[in-house]
Amino acid sequence: MAKAKVLGMMGDFAVAEAAKLCNPDVIAAYPITPQTIIVERLAEFVADGELDCDYICVESEHSAMSACFGASAAGARVYTATASQGLALMIEIVYITASARFPVVMTIANRALSGPINIHCDHSDAMLARDSGWIQLFAEDCQEAYDSTIQAFRIAEDKQVSLPVINCLDGFVLSHSIEPVEILEPTEEETLDGFLPIRDPLYKLDVDAPIAQGLLALPEFYMEIKRGQQEAHLRSLDVIKEVIQDFGDRWGRYWPVVEPYQMDDAEVAVVTIGSSTGTGRAAIDELRAEGKKVGLVKLRCFRPFPVKDIQAALKNAGAVGVCDRAVSFGSTGPAYADTAGAMVGRSGPLIKNFIIGLGGKDITIDTFRAMYDNLYADLAKGEVEEPVEWIGIRGE
Amino acid sequence: MADYPTKLADLPKEERSVSSGHRLCTGCAAGTIARLVGKAVPDKPLMWVNATCCLEVATTIYPFAAWHVPWIHCAFENAAATASGVRSGLDMLMKKGRIPQRDIEVIAIGGDGGTYDIGIQAISGAIERGHDFVYICYDNEAYMNTGIQRSGATMHAAWTTTSPAGEAIPGKQEFKKPLLRIVAAHGLEYCATASCSYPLDFVRKVKRAVDVKGPAFVHIIQPCLRGWRFGTEMSFQVARLAVESRFFPLYEVYWGHKFVLNYPNPILTKVDVEDYLKLQGRLRHLFKPERKQEILDVIQAHVDKEWDKLLELAEFSERSATY
Amino acid sequence: MTIQDEYRKKGWKDLPPGGIVDRPATARDYKTGTWRAFRPIRNKDKKICQNPEACLVCWILCPDAAIIRVEPNELEIDLDYCKGCGVCALECPLKAIEMEQE
Repeated sequence: MAKAKVLGMMGDFAVAEAAKLCNPDVIAAYPITPQTIIVERLAEFVADGELDCDYICVESEHSAMSACFGASAAGARVYTATASQGLALMIEIVYITASARFPVVMTIANRALSGPINIHCDHSDAMLARDSGWIQLFAEDCQEAYDSTIQAFRIAEDKQVSLPVINCLDGFVLSHSIEPVEILEPTEEETLDGFLPIRDPLYKLDVDAPIAQGLLALPEFYMEIKRGQQEAHLRSLDVIKEVIQDFGDRWGRYWPVVEPYQMDDAEVAVVTIGSSTGTGRAAIDELRAEGKKVGLVKLRCFRPFPVKDIQAALKNAGAVGVCDRAVSFGSTGPAYADTAGAMVGRSGPLIKNFIIGLGGKDITIDTFRAMYDNLYADLAKGEVEEPVEWIGIRGE
Repeated sequence: MADYPTKLADLPKEERSVSSGHRLCTGCAAGTIARLVGKAVPDKPLMWVNATCCLEVATTIYPFAAWHVPWIHCAFENAAATASGVRSGLDMLMKKGRIPQRDIEVIAIGGDGGTYDIGIQAISGAIERGHDFVYICYDNEAYMNTGIQRSGATMHAAWTTTSPAGEAIPGKQEFKKPLLRIVAAHGLEYCATASCSYPLDFVRKVKRAVDVKGPAFVHIIQPCLRGWRFGTEMSFQVARLAVESRFFPLYEVYWGHKFVLNYPNPILTKVDVEDYLKLQGRLRHLFKPERKQEILDVIQAHVDKEWDKLLELAEFSERSATY
Repeated sequence: MTIQDEYRKKGWKDLPPGGIVDRPATARDYKTGTWRAFRPIRNKDKKICQNPEACLVCWILCPDAAIIRVEPNELEIDLDYCKGCGVCALECPLKAIEMEQE
């Protein structure tokens, strides 16, 4: 078992420490607020000789993901990080990297997409990658951000999976906030005491065994190839759970894909993603003390969407509000769409969508109080009048 | 001094890069160019990074892949960035002892579109960072793969589908972007122009580029029979005239400032650029229904001016282009 | 059976991962010779080209590698792949190749 020591550090620092621990061979990254601390810290590690890796200071995020794609194709362990507009710029290559089954690990310090330009936290950037084929995990706090980064390499490089992984941490709220983080100091550094074996690629560019990657697939073959990609992605949920279990067994922290909080007898509940979960827990503790039976389900793994786990977590609640820090204009928030899709046709709770915290709008205990009051009102009426409600903005 | 093949019989017999069975147009010199790259470096294993372009699409229609080498295609504008990553990955894995130490050459190739226009950011960044790779731009002066749309490389007055020769505007108004000078301005050790009609010269330049420890760039003109409108057998004849008329002279640039002219020799009698233009249907509107002398004069004047500029910069090397 | 036939028989589960093709030069299964409208005939009525290795222009320029150097010093036109472009006929310095309608 590895020893552990606790330090106060910003989320971005924690992520950089975790990435360093995992010994990536190549990092190709471009700075963007609020991820800059990650790339700066990693550059320091490399410059000080603490991290033996080729750090490519690419000229744009599009080239960052392209270089990651190339390096991963060569068989290297690859890491990068971005946010918001950077993710938007590289999104073409993000999709291609997943289609090629290259196990790149990328941290996104969640920041709102322009316009207007806004550097603060929301999940619209991560949602841009929602359909890309990348596995997506969201962290509730800096400790989880650290742990998730380490887990991500193992999940990505598992040969049953061989898919790239996005780790999200809320911009500024986590990325720039100092929290206590227990860092690992494994005895055997190369494989973290066996938790993270050296990458053995599913396939790679090899002069002794030439392959071709990136062919033109006509209608006859494209859909079959994509079905294979989907299968790998769905299959990854079991691997993710195994890795979560293994990590917890070794280091005592379990981060389930779906984590219920006070759901056993909850009349109303919210589904949260990211740091707002922590605020939600605090709100629940207050409300429970007032006698209200409220609960929360933390959605940690957004892709693959853990259908069965969500169904199990929500089935006994009376009314559920899915909290999205993003919206698909003209429709609902994305997490709501997936959740409602999972619950359709089943007898279970009323479900609605709360749009909260866009562009860094603060999410407080009062926000949760408002949402729970709203859910109680629906519960009393026995129906959802307004399926989508924007919480916490003036004029609403 | 390195050993360069002086006759075609010196080149290896076997195909090392592209194979038969590709679906490039009948008579497309891009196939020849790809073959030549493979024959230029027989002693070193290659990894091939291809941008989206005719060469990529025509050679890799799933599951037919016409490549003897490890081959990867990512997207249109990022061959140089992808190649940077391949190079990095290989070097780190060798450094860490995960794969055996070998002198593997990374070749990135793209068309004028993927290099001059949408790809210029990636190539500039990769050169600036100094990655050890060779970039080959095969230039057919338009976005041919998508159906002959104009690019920054398209010559003045040429018809393309997005710069048609119409009643009001007779073809592309702008001039050919001086790509090699832009690349040379980065100060890299070696870059050169080449023509598919001078295969040994091209082979020499690819070999020279591969020997550079760092980025190197070869810009090869590839007349396109579909887009330039000429017969399937004429690609090399047209390419020869591009060079002889001084429209596309063959030269090399060392460290961004030492220019060496290979061909044509300035002593040779000038070939009028009209001899080059009149072979091409994309310039037919300059001759029929009536001769547009003003435009022909503009083109000749531009060629003359660029040639004079080159002569000011360059010394003429005795190692002129052989076949 | 070409690689396309082979892959058409496979269900999606059995295709190689990531859309790759896992062996080299599979395009050789696609015989581009079927495209031809004209075919090159070398040394048709008399042996004009007697020493290919002294020249090899047709061999090097063929976009499809459809002219093959055969031991000891001979050339063969690979009609499986020759698309009939006519480059070899036009470029041959001795005019030893003629294009004939298929």
